[in-house]
Amino acid sequence: MLRWILGGREAQGTVEKSAALFIGEEQPKNCFTEMQVLKGHFDIVRFLVQVDDLSAGDQHLSVCVFQTGDSLIELRGHTQQITAMISYTFIRGGNAHTALITASSDRTLSLWDPDSGNRVQNISDLQSPVKCLLVLVRLDVWLSGGNELCVWNRDFELQCKTVHHSDAGISAMVELPKNFIAAAMDKEIVIFKLNLSGSDIVVMAMRHLADHQDTIHSLIHINDGLFASGSHIGELIIWDSVDWTIQAYEHILWEEPARDGQSEFKLNHQKQIERSIQHMSSDGEYIVAAVGSGLYVYNVLMKSVVAYRRIAHDSNVLHTVLQRLMSCSEDGSVRMWELQDLPLPAEPASSGFFGMFGTFGRSSKQTGPPAKKIPEVPGLRSLELIGDLIGHSGAVQMFLSFKEKGLVTCSTDHLLIIWKDGEFQSQLRSLAVFQKLEENQEL
Amino acid sequence: LSTYFSVINFKKDLLDQTGCIRTHIFCCKQSSLLSQCARIWLLCCVFSLSKDFILISEFSEQVGPQPLLTIPNDPKVCGTFDLNYFSLRIMSVDYQASFVGHPPGSNYPKLNFVEDSKVVLGDSKEGAFAYVHHLTLYDLEARGFVRPFCMAYISADEKKIMHQFQELSSEFSKASEFLKSGNRKAFANELEKKLKDLEYTRSVLHKETELQKKNNGCYSTQAIEKANELANVEKSIYEHKDLLRQITSYPSRKKKDVDFVQRETEKLADTSVLDDTLNSNHSDIADKTVETESDSRKSSYTPQLIKAKSAKCFDKRLKTMEELCDANFFHQTLEQLNITEKSFRGDLCFIYTSQIDGALLGKQRVTSFLFEAEREWEKEGTSKNFNIFSHNPTVPILNLSGELLSLESYTTCIDIDHIKPGVESMEGPPESSLSDITQETSEAADTETKGSFSSDKSIEAFGGVSPSSLQANYFDGLERKSKVSIASPSESASSYVAVPQKMTDGNLVPMDAACCIGQDGFIFEEPLPELAQECCGDTVVNQEPLSLLQGDPALQVDYILEESALAESPNMGLTFSELNTGVLSEEVAKINIEYVSDSTSFMSASTSSDRAVSPFTYGSALTLKQKKKAGHSALRFIRQYPFAQQAIFCLLSGRTLVILGVDEGTVRKLVNALFFFVPNLGKYGETVQPWLSSPFQLTDLQRWKLIGLQRAASPAGSSILHSLNRYSRYISILDCDSKTLRCPPYKGTLISHLADHRTQIKRGSTYFLHVQGMLTQLTAKAFLYTFCHHIHLPMDINDQGSVTSRRTNFLLQLGYTVEESKIVQYLSELIKQHYIQGSSMGGNQSFCFNYTTSYLYKI
Repeated sequence: MLRWILGGREAQGTVEKSAALFIGEEQPKNCFTEMQVLKGHFDIVRFLVQVDDLSAGDQHLSVCVFQTGDSLIELRGHTQQITAMISYTFIRGGNAHTALITASSDRTLSLWDPDSGNRVQNISDLQSPVKCLLVLVRLDVWLSGGNELCVWNRDFELQCKTVHHSDAGISAMVELPKNFIAAAMDKEIVIFKLNLSGSDIVVMAMRHLADHQDTIHSLIHINDGLFASGSHIGELIIWDSVDWTIQAYEHILWEEPARDGQSEFKLNHQKQIERSIQHMSSDGEYIVAAVGSGLYVYNVLMKSVVAYRRIAHDSNVLHTVLQRLMSCSEDGSVRMWELQDLPLPAEPASSGFFGMFGTFGRSSKQTGPPAKKIPEVPGLRSLELIGDLIGHSGAVQMFLSFKEKGLVTCSTDHLLIIWKDGEFQSQLRSLAVFQKLEENQEL
Repeated sequence: LSTYFSVINFKKDLLDQTGCIRTHIFCCKQSSLLSQCARIWLLCCVFSLSKDFILISEFSEQVGPQPLLTIPNDPKVCGTFDLNYFSLRIMSVDYQASFVGHPPGSNYPKLNFVEDSKVVLGDSKEGAFAYVHHLTLYDLEARGFVRPFCMAYISADEKKIMHQFQELSSEFSKASEFLKSGNRKAFANELEKKLKDLEYTRSVLHKETELQKKNNGCYSTQAIEKANELANVEKSIYEHKDLLRQITSYPSRKKKDVDFVQRETEKLADTSVLDDTLNSNHSDIADKTVETESDSRKSSYTPQLIKAKSAKCFDKRLKTMEELCDANFFHQTLEQLNITEKSFRGDLCFIYTSQIDGALLGKQRVTSFLFEAEREWEKEGTSKNFNIFSHNPTVPILNLSGELLSLESYTTCIDIDHIKPGVESMEGPPESSLSDITQETSEAADTETKGSFSSDKSIEAFGGVSPSSLQANYFDGLERKSKVSIASPSESASSYVAVPQKMTDGNLVPMDAACCIGQDGFIFEEPLPELAQECCGDTVVNQEPLSLLQGDPALQVDYILEESALAESPNMGLTFSELNTGVLSEEVAKINIEYVSDSTSFMSASTSSDRAVSPFTYGSALTLKQKKKAGHSALRFIRQYPFAQQAIFCLLSGRTLVILGVDEGTVRKLVNALFFFVPNLGKYGETVQPWLSSPFQLTDLQRWKLIGLQRAASPAGSSILHSLNRYSRYISILDCDSKTLRCPPYKGTLISHLADHRTQIKRGSTYFLHVQGMLTQLTAKAFLYTFCHHIHLPMDINDQGSVTSRRTNFLLQLGYTVEESKIVQYLSELIKQHYIQGSSMGGNQSFCFNYTTSYLYKI
């Protein structure tokens, strides 16, 4: 009975939120009035990497390199889905070359030349599939993370590797100062050190930071002094890059924990999905985290929450960006947000589901109703929806901003869409017209 | 007839209403209206000739003049018309214009690359008039190596022939050029084979001679005989080599031979090289052929022994025209002639109006893709032949070094030349390309004088009167019969030949000053307004509009305006950035004019049929006829649906309109009613999807601007509704079951003029023309908006904002509301994309949209 009531309430809440989020067709602040659909992939498009142009990784087999709308080159070779992709710029013969490194479930690593489409290097028979890649430009080496951490030089020669880790393997890596690497492995963050003695590189694990209670999904670099990690149950930890101490700990609890034992299992399950920190991005001062289907903006310097929205999308948020605050979600939409100052009487009801524990150390889950605390946070602002981009028919996996050139989104519907500023594009076309007139001497 | 008049008057009113006749650039609508009117003057031919046709005949050395084929190739075409008789007539005019013979002081035959002659012939007996184009083709087996042919355009309307002389001449010259270049190739091949034969024969003879000498001594009769034979073969080889050299050196040779010599035909037979070929008893040699066959070096052709004497003239089978010219070239010629025949269908007025129409359309290549459909015959001809014939007519390949091209390179060059028109332009300066077309357009005087020389003779031969008096008679006749021009004008001669006047630099070269006075068609110094009035004034039934070449009003006006504009500000093109908006409209007009006149000068440099050349050709699939028919449905839609304006607004502003309905027929009808409002419809109407029964994708919105969509209760139907819902911000939905329209609002007067439900227009085609006129106006504005420098170019790098505001202000100044501005902007984007890419279709296009609220309109 109670379960039914709870469920009912929740559903109602969702409806209310959705209604509040419906922006309608009038979006004066949305400048993306032009779109271009790029076809070329035949499977889910997972990754977008900026090379010189743009390239996108398929879930399967192929990578397409696009330039201004045309599929330039298809890089085929992998036999299973691509798990990681990174661009790699190196100097050869005085010129900077940009190549593309891909890792696949077929336990291979490949280096591609995006200009020719050739597979320049290929390493197969890895012991485990690589889940993440990291290029250390300073050292001109790159790292692959799977069940073990491997260090490679630019010629694809294995420099060194760590011993076999747990089955979970390394899911994310960030570079820290002084040749340290932070790698997320399940619930732990492992700090590795790269020792360079002459041409030899040795990697060793320095410390295990086991402060997260659940799997770490997101690990990002904030600035030279800080990095952040986010876990499956909504724990957000800000770390010091040098001494690896916790600078801030946030446990984001969108939902008031269910106290009813009967319904606990089911509700917990649901909540845990919703609180998972899928993605974070930072500009050095702020962090935006995709928490479930909500968004959470945190000021690193002030160590305080700036704004949040429990339900920013109809489904899980997959990717966020901070410069022009945007988020994309499994619901197939990209939404653009604006931080607005709250009217003085702080936004009421919605804040009730938010829990904030700004203390070090692990917090107990229940320290009173968090609803009361929210208005006390100074400088809390609201996230207002200013526009949305609808076009994909599947989950929008990722997007990549090319500044004024536009925004590229990729999706499970096999498409890429470039969203452009229509007015700007129109002006560019005018310029192109006059340029052509001049060339043809028709002016 | 009176009903027709009323229709015309009504249309005239319509013209004035829409005001499009005043727009000096985009006044093609006027002519398209007029071309409607033109259909009224359907020629009622009282003669045996019911329809114009093209006749190709040959003056056969065996049977005399004989008709070869007619275009269209339909016996009904000529009806009771006596082709044989007419062939005789036209071939007797001027077949001897070209010949091959020994020029004085030369020992071997010389090919004369003669110009085609072009004359007009009238025949009162058949009531037929013909433009006759004589040409000669080379044939090694023919008498004097030449086969005289002629192509004639035969019509009962002599005025048409006279006035369209230039156009006919240029079209037939194209055909002739095809034939001749094919012929040169074939002739060269034939010569080469013959040479191989001769060389082979020589080698055989040589052996025999040696044998005779050995057996019978040097001075035996047989030996001398053989030696003579050998000498003959040597001579023949020499002559053939020289012929080959001549034919392969065609262009340079041709230039030298401009003042060719005329000789009587009788001499040709005497001097024929064929007579000089060896006299040999070849029966015994033939036995040896088998043995020596292995000697033949070249695999492609096995040399044969040449018979001593060529077969009797009447025994041998003459090559057909197809054999004479390479088959490819022959078929191209036929194609060209078919196009020519199509393009000269209808009476003079119709031709004039469609020529003007086409020329004006041709000048709008930048924008014409938006709403214009090209006439069917036109793009076939022009788009296909343009590449080949644009500026450098075929064949001429002048090696700059002055060396003669070898045969191989010559023949291959022709092929390449044919495929890649760009080749020849590199080969030499344009002056060196001396085919008929350039001659006509640049230094036409030569050709014409030649033509008239021969014509003079003919005139004397047939009519026995002096040319000038004939001319005078002719024009007198024209003057007198201003209404019915079918009657034969020449009273003094039963048949006559006249050479129409040649126009140079826009002026007449009068044969006799008095002749031209009173000739309406030749007055073109008049300013435009009067011309316009003349065109649609009361005299419209009596007078054809001016022909393109005689004085295209638009061309003239552009030219004049350009000059005046240049006089005012010599460095106009550079000063746009300094303009302020106050003098905007004036300056803008100048830009337009300048731009257009540029393209005009480009146009006039090429032949008249180059008009409407656009990389984007329009469709045979969607014809003007279909659009006119759709006008009726459109008219009904406008009367029936009060929200028609909103629907049209969506189409014009590029927002995809989805017509949703259960019944396919109803949906298709609505699509049909609205499709001609879709800008950039495409050749086959690619931007319209008349009936779709599956959910549409995002990419479909990019492709289709008008979609008929099935409403179904099936699962597919629900996913259709889902896609409608998902993409609702990009589309407008016209539900034809509940008769509602969901779309953004429209405020403004433009579309209410376009689609007034109280319109007085009754006929669908009239309404279509009305719409076309208004859309043309709109296009003109979009053109203006697109190509105004000062509103698009940023003052400095960070000037995006000011450009935006300048653009908005510009459109407001043009008197457009915000919504109407969107239309112009959309059209402008299409123009830009089309201009940049050369085509607005294909490629991966961006798809523009706006974030505006939609409203639901009900009946």
